[in-house]
Amino acid sequence: MTAMPNEVRNDRAAPTEAHGAASIATRSLRLSYRPGRVIVDDLDLNLPTGAVTAVIGANGSGKSTVLRALSRLLRPEAGQVLLDGADLHRMRTKEVATRLGLLPQSPLCPEGVTVRDLVRRGRTPHTSVWRQWSADDEAALNAALAATELAELADEQVDALSGGQRQRAWLALVIAQGTPLLLLDEPTTFLDIAHQIDVLELIRRLNRTEGRTVVMVLHDLNQASRFADHVVALRDGAVVAAGAPSDVVTEDVVRTVFDLDARVVSNPVTGTPLVVPVGRTRTART
Amino acid sequence: MTGVSVTRSGPSLVLRLGRASVLARPRGLAVDTVLVGFVAALGGLSLAYGTTWLPLADVVGGLTATADEATTLIVREFRLPRVLVGLLVGLALGVSGALVQAVTRNPIAAPDVIGVTAGASAGAVFVLLAFGGTAVGYGGPSAGLAEVGVPTGAVVGAFAAALLVLSAGGTRTSGGRLSFSAQRVVLAGIVCHAAFIGLVHWGLAAADVDQATKAKIWLVGSLHGRGWEHVSGVLLALGLLLPLALALCGKLNTLAIGESSAATLGVGVTRTQLGLLTIAFALTGTAAAAAGPINFVALLAPQIARKLVRGPGVPLVASALTGAGLLLAADFIARIVIPGSELPAGAVTALVGAPFLVLLVVRMGGRR
Repeated sequence: MTAMPNEVRNDRAAPTEAHGAASIATRSLRLSYRPGRVIVDDLDLNLPTGAVTAVIGANGSGKSTVLRALSRLLRPEAGQVLLDGADLHRMRTKEVATRLGLLPQSPLCPEGVTVRDLVRRGRTPHTSVWRQWSADDEAALNAALAATELAELADEQVDALSGGQRQRAWLALVIAQGTPLLLLDEPTTFLDIAHQIDVLELIRRLNRTEGRTVVMVLHDLNQASRFADHVVALRDGAVVAAGAPSDVVTEDVVRTVFDLDARVVSNPVTGTPLVVPVGRTRTART
Repeated sequence: MTGVSVTRSGPSLVLRLGRASVLARPRGLAVDTVLVGFVAALGGLSLAYGTTWLPLADVVGGLTATADEATTLIVREFRLPRVLVGLLVGLALGVSGALVQAVTRNPIAAPDVIGVTAGASAGAVFVLLAFGGTAVGYGGPSAGLAEVGVPTGAVVGAFAAALLVLSAGGTRTSGGRLSFSAQRVVLAGIVCHAAFIGLVHWGLAAADVDQATKAKIWLVGSLHGRGWEHVSGVLLALGLLLPLALALCGKLNTLAIGESSAATLGVGVTRTQLGLLTIAFALTGTAAAAAGPINFVALLAPQIARKLVRGPGVPLVASALTGAGLLLAADFIARIVIPGSELPAGAVTALVGAPFLVLLVVRMGGRR
């Protein structure tokens, strides 16, 4: 079934600053929002440490639900989520917050909050009533603003930013949190194509330069192929295929996952799989 | 390690002492300082004003017991408790309003608007009628009632109402977290308010006329005739709960960016929400016990404080101070507006507050 990540991690004290990767996996995971309505059952996922994983699937396939469980927002009905080998749902909230960061799908920002105020919140796990803002916090804040190219806009209100800038500000928050694992729920929704590429390149840069493990839910198969090292395709809460993009993003898998006839050709720019839809295989699902 | 340093972080200041650090905005600090001065000035004015105007020297002399006996008696026993009750009740109302508005993410969800103050009234009136005392009196058995019985009744009533409103207006999200629909909380609050006020009227109608009259005097919401026995309850509640609220304020500010984000940033979401609401309603109850149901201060104070501070977080200290300023000002106006007699402070806050609530609702509608 599964092989645990090779390196056995006993570093009980999680690194306060990321750098380095975290491993995340699931064991016989069963998820439901209401008892009796199981969305995901008996799911075993092994996501590569230090790599970018994209989870793909049709609407209602359970991909966002899985991400909620991975980020500890949804308690499993059965099975486990393993973060660095330990049961995520038995860990302390504050401990989890130093190891994984989440970018939710449509985050809300209160009125009057500037980019700097927002990104500052990312340091919540590292601060307390007595230590409200250390030199490390300031350094992490500035590094996150620099990485997202928001230093110039730091004192602008988040409301006043463009969609792409706003999404970068939220990413900066997660970056400032400094966790070795980043979970991103559809980070490119509501962005135009240029800003989508911007954000995805930034995410990959974070993975490549700092070695953070990234798991993101994506809608766009071509972007998943291009920006992920590992792709997991879900249908009805079960894994249809998992592996390198070239092995997963195939005509067969697209048909199974999306009920869509498509040709898969080689992307002329990157050589990764490029999906060209032909039409629905059966009557449309709702 | 023990060096003190002040550095900047954007527009904020960071004060470090060894490993400890505090983050503050210069504007917030300035507003708090001005508000402290304003509240102190109002307090001084209230001590000086009465059937006889006391010059400032006499007020200070009375406070420090260096003036003559009569002046000391007037300042310490008659005027000071009233000012202190006004100050403490105002602080408590400002904090409770700010907390309820922030947790429910609803600018008009103050404890008085959502029926919690009405619950406190019903609880307090029940105690008053059942045990036949008065909340406003000097010494004797009624003092014990004022110190223990009425506050207990008011706090129990406040929590009963809060439980009703929040179970009707709050929903559990898929992740098992609490979430409050702005409209549902306000609607449930209106129903709850009507129900508890109904209970109060029923109690008044059923009770002995004498007792009903005493309860009615309490129900007006006033600082008139408040003595030292009314100070202790609010002082105790504030002393315990205000530091707790301030300690949880950081978490509250993280909660403002969404429950999912807050949870993954290490905030125990439900625990924080319920903890802060409990603090807020305990303050509402003890405040009502001391001064009667004073409306609109808890609604207005956080709104004014937010406008003054213009910061990203919940201005808890500024809300508290604004609450105290509003109540002391209302009480002062209530005393001077009709020479020779006095209005209840609650009537003044209602006259100013009601139009403000309408304005808020209109502006909320305009944003959509």
